[in-house]
Amino acid sequence: MTYATSLTCRECSREFPLDPLHVCDFCFGPLEVAYDHDGIQSKISRERIESGPRSIWRYKDLLPVDDEFIVDLNVGWTPLLRADRLAEQLGMRELYIKNDTCNPSWSFKDRVVAVASSRARQMGFQTLACASTGNLANSVSAHAARAGMDAIVFIPHDLEAGKVLGSAVYNPTIVAVNGSYDDVNRLCSELADNRQWAFVNINVRPYYAEGSRTLAYEVAEQLGWRAPRQVVAPMASGSLFTKIHKGFQEFQRYGLIEDTPIRMIGAQAEGCSPITTAWRGGTTNIRPVKPDTIAKSLAIGNPADGYYALKTMKRTDGGATGVSDAEVVEGIQLLAEYEGVFAETAGGVTIAGLRQAIATEQIDPDETTVAFITGGGLKTADAIVEHVTQPIPVEGTLQSFEDAFAEAPQAATVGG
Amino acid sequence: MATRRVRFTFEGDAVTEPIIYLLGREFEVVTNIRMADVEQDFGWVVLELDGSHDEIDRALAWVEEHGVRVDPVAGDVVEG
Repeated sequence: MTYATSLTCRECSREFPLDPLHVCDFCFGPLEVAYDHDGIQSKISRERIESGPRSIWRYKDLLPVDDEFIVDLNVGWTPLLRADRLAEQLGMRELYIKNDTCNPSWSFKDRVVAVASSRARQMGFQTLACASTGNLANSVSAHAARAGMDAIVFIPHDLEAGKVLGSAVYNPTIVAVNGSYDDVNRLCSELADNRQWAFVNINVRPYYAEGSRTLAYEVAEQLGWRAPRQVVAPMASGSLFTKIHKGFQEFQRYGLIEDTPIRMIGAQAEGCSPITTAWRGGTTNIRPVKPDTIAKSLAIGNPADGYYALKTMKRTDGGATGVSDAEVVEGIQLLAEYEGVFAETAGGVTIAGLRQAIATEQIDPDETTVAFITGGGLKTADAIVEHVTQPIPVEGTLQSFEDAFAEAPQAATVGG
Repeated sequence: MATRRVRFTFEGDAVTEPIIYLLGREFEVVTNIRMADVEQDFGWVVLELDGSHDEIDRALAWVEEHGVRVDPVAGDVVEG
């Protein structure tokens, strides 16, 4: 049984029923799920969580879904890797990588879509929908297939075939919108108001956003029931960033972990950094931008939760970073070469942002730090393909190998 | 009749133009401001528009021609 009680406006605190609503009717502020905290407190414990499934559903007491409606693709409980080699390279003492590339559709979007699709089913929807250029569409399509629901996915007409494939394999309806990125935004916003579809990040966004908190829950549990001192996470809409912090705060509130300060650092690519730009300018007014970066999964020019991300940074003595596309590639390479984790461009933004945060003294390299890697590298292979090791061509003879190997620059790094 | 909730973003000279007043005069659209924050050279206004679907579309196109960015109230909904 869920302990969710209502939707509450983040601006004016007005309450609404647990319906498919995302904006306050009075002030148009965003809505957020509210819970019966006393009820949760009376039930939750470390032992209860530890006895649960190895997925986000071990935290079902904290999620807005009743058990019988759960759409379960075994999302979450992804590895938390202690990253000593990368830490040494960056001059850090204790660094961890939360590796969310290991989710069923290879990105953290599975967490939010798992909750959104489950709640959509509970509210009686038969159709899941979204507008996406990649990860979100993949996850919506996969979850709809798993749940036996219909899926309709809106994409820009010029999206590369490789990115469409990650959704198409699950056989959703795919609509290619002939227009600009803004046209797709508008069309889907209007459709969400007029169709009986659960647009996961529009009319059921309050439930969708709740899934991100499970990242913090898992990290706290995997660290041995404690929060890290510092967090570096990518920012697109800003929702993931704020919900990670909220997740740690909730564990503190329920006494599951000690109440220690957590510094939140957000990472964006310079080609789409409206939140970082506002942070650097000392304002909470975010100026929308036209995205121009290889980190397409973070390319949200008008971020819905940017204001709240800025408030989280301020409240936690945190900060923000902005990195070039070249640094994004370096970040992907660092993570792959030193820890064996192949991340998509958003992961490159996180690692490059971590490096920048150290250089600008926004984080302390001696404190426990967790970097969130939110998607797998094969999703953005085109961003890295020209920057990686090339094969050494040889004939099938020992002499050919010895000759070619002696000439190859890689030979110097191969031991034995 | 249709209702649309949108966010106008003003930059530079557009900040001092009476765009919302003119919109109400030029088009058969009722404007209802719900939230706003305006600084010297930048500002945003969240408002509701009531009118026919086509008239709202025409009004929003006119607003954009005057250098004002128009977005859905929930921000960008196309995600990666």
